[in-house]
Amino acid sequence: MSVGTVVDWLAAVALVSGALLSLAAGIGVLRFPDVLDRMHAATKPQVLGVLLLLVGLALRLRTAADLGMIMLVGVFQLATAPVAAQMIGRAAYRSGRVDRSLLDVDELAGHQPDPAGPRPQRADSRSGDGGSQAEGGDPRSGDGGQRE
Amino acid sequence: MTVVLAVVLTVLLSTTALLALARIYRGPSLLDRVIAADLLLAAMLSAVGAEAAVNRHATTLPVLVVLSLLGFVGSVALVRFAAREES
Repeated sequence: MSVGTVVDWLAAVALVSGALLSLAAGIGVLRFPDVLDRMHAATKPQVLGVLLLLVGLALRLRTAADLGMIMLVGVFQLATAPVAAQMIGRAAYRSGRVDRSLLDVDELAGHQPDPAGPRPQRADSRSGDGGSQAEGGDPRSGDGGQRE
Repeated sequence: MTVVLAVVLTVLLSTTALLALARIYRGPSLLDRVIAADLLLAAMLSAVGAEAAVNRHATTLPVLVVLSLLGFVGSVALVRFAAREES
């Protein structure tokens, strides 16, 4: 059995396992109950599946120029998937589409006002600013007890 | 081996695309549909890559680059739109 045959079998294994991970992502997106769970399922197994499939593609093609372009696709996936997932999660949290019975810890509870949940205690001392604080990044002057 | 590989990959990736389409149809909010559309585009990217791997040609590799950037831009634009709609 020559080296090329062995590499082709390795490529076949990588291709099939990448497609299986994509299928796992699809099942998770269809069956998970919450936006955050679906975001998790569509981000992590899907990126790993695409990366494994690109490894299989590189093992099948075996030329330097194609390897560069395949690596470009992989780097794009790794760089853009966390950003998209973070934006989806932030939009879901801020619009109150988080099922709080599924959460163990809500680490953003005291730091970010969300319209659906209970208002944090420190919002009482600053009445009148309403939803204008929802965009974040504004200077919070005179609120020393925020980090406690 | 090539035919078996092509059949297996076709079945797996089209099942993934069908599951993503079902979530796009059922999804209660716009964010669920954005996630499912992203997954559908990733399944299409995987299918294009698998076809190139099975037939051992490199003519569709630029399509892979374009698809991988298009998914990101589409998701971010739709999520920004959704965040503005909610507030």
